[in-house]
Amino acid sequence: MTSLSQSKSLRGRVRGGDSGPLSIIFLFVLWFSVFFAFVFLLTLIVTTWIDGAPRLDVRMFTEFPSSAPEDAGARPAILGSLLVISVTALFTLPLGIAAGIHLEEFANRRNWFNRIVELNVQNLAAVPSIVYGLLTLGALSAVGVRDKNIVIAGAMALSLLILPVVIIVTRESLRAVPLEIREGSLALGATPLQTLFRQTLPSAVPGIATGSILALSRALGEAAPLLILGALVFVSFDPNGLLSGYTTLPIQIFNWTGRPQEEFHVLAAATSILLLGLLLAMNSIAITIRNRFQLRW
Amino acid sequence: MAPNNDKKSKKKSGTKKATETTVRIVAADHGPVSEVVIPALECHDVDVYYGTFRAVSEVNMSFGTNEITALIGPSGCGKSTLLRSLNRMNDLVDGARVTGSVTFHGENIYAPEVDAIEVRRRIGMVFQKPNPFPKSIYDNVAYGPRVIGMKPDSMDDLVEEALTQAALWDEVKDKLKQTAFGLSGGQQQRLCIARTIAVKPDVILMDEPCSALDPIATKRIEDLMLELTKDYTIVIVTHNMQQAARVADRTAFFTARPDETTGNRTGVLVEFDRTSDIFTNPKDPRTEDYISGRFG
Repeated sequence: MTSLSQSKSLRGRVRGGDSGPLSIIFLFVLWFSVFFAFVFLLTLIVTTWIDGAPRLDVRMFTEFPSSAPEDAGARPAILGSLLVISVTALFTLPLGIAAGIHLEEFANRRNWFNRIVELNVQNLAAVPSIVYGLLTLGALSAVGVRDKNIVIAGAMALSLLILPVVIIVTRESLRAVPLEIREGSLALGATPLQTLFRQTLPSAVPGIATGSILALSRALGEAAPLLILGALVFVSFDPNGLLSGYTTLPIQIFNWTGRPQEEFHVLAAATSILLLGLLLAMNSIAITIRNRFQLRW
Repeated sequence: MAPNNDKKSKKKSGTKKATETTVRIVAADHGPVSEVVIPALECHDVDVYYGTFRAVSEVNMSFGTNEITALIGPSGCGKSTLLRSLNRMNDLVDGARVTGSVTFHGENIYAPEVDAIEVRRRIGMVFQKPNPFPKSIYDNVAYGPRVIGMKPDSMDDLVEEALTQAALWDEVKDKLKQTAFGLSGGQQQRLCIARTIAVKPDVILMDEPCSALDPIATKRIEDLMLELTKDYTIVIVTHNMQQAARVADRTAFFTARPDETTGNRTGVLVEFDRTSDIFTNPKDPRTEDYISGRFG
């Protein structure tokens, strides 16, 4: 306090300021980190593209896997991925959003039980995906389901995986809605439910939608829990219902990468491009929703 | 205001007109205020607790029908807490509890058979920070009537009437479908008043409604408040003593009293009287000190 106030000079405490050697070195470290991350991603995309582009044609979408690489396609994997992810969304969104609403808007935060639930939700979001696969496997065995390679089982595992994430984004989106909005509504004689459905939730929907899409795109890229459940690696039929066998894009990629023939590796790269494209599309939808509908208070 | 132990200089620095030794805030004259209060709301031995902490203690006072009652006092003296317990907004705070009774036209609003939602419709509230909903101007005003299930012959007329009463109609009549966030702070606050009026309450509680506004917008809100007393009973919390003097018929002065054992500061009502008496002839020395700027 004294030395600072007594010093008459306006020169900063750091010798050399922003152009000192330490600052420059630090800046270079930062630049290198960004550069490294960027180059890594770029290499991955470019090499995958070079490997897979020749095979990214219409056969990819129309053909079933085959022992002959030139005849093989990822049609059941594409359909399987879409079906599994849709069912996952159907399971997760109502449950996750409802749970988030309850925890954020109605649960008494002083109650020890609610606090334990809250803490657990936070922790569950960090549990590795394979654990959810094992959990689903165990649960299905316990109720006596013999064939676990069914769409609904896969969707259950993926739902468990992203449920905590959806709960957390729902809570955060609700928390971002100012308390004044709730008070303003209640002070007019609105009931707590009217306040929720007409003010708080509509204001939070963009955030919830964005977070949910990102969570679903994480589920889309998961292979481990589905493999544990015995998802098929070679499917020569379209998935046609909740109890149908299925495969998904990550599993198809996993399968083809393991084959000795070079042609299958090309197929795997092409499928990876497809999966990347799908994830990119979902994430852009999420970002668009966020930018267009997000409210600034 | 800067703490100062010298009594004489404090008098000078504490008020705006430093030339006089004792400066009075003069209450504006809105016609005679009767000796007797005809109460719309009454507090009997009201204590407000947050958990075990007593925020407000033993308040007994009445809020006159079609009058403006101002609650003044230093920060932390519980005036906002008391205001929020007058329409059960405090119910929303975990652990908040009110003892004693608050009667609204003779009926205790904390009685078990009373519906807090209906209480809040009859006793509206305008908040410190303008809080329009993220909707159009029209929908902001129509929201209240819609949620409480009012079935007016014409919602358009109801919205126009409320906006006109809130002295906002002329400024917004051509942009009713635009978002309320496009309005200025003062306009937003008048919109919030219009929104409150639209559900036809009896009492409007205002929690420092002008603290986020500039002097011109403040003047408009004050004029509006005086206008609204024809139809409504108004209770206003304000940090601004001049504001209380300008608009209020009666003024209640609160202060915070530290508890002997715990040291927690509890709000107490010191003096409640006609505004002109409070500012010209306070009976309690603490009121005298506060209004002459000697503390707070």
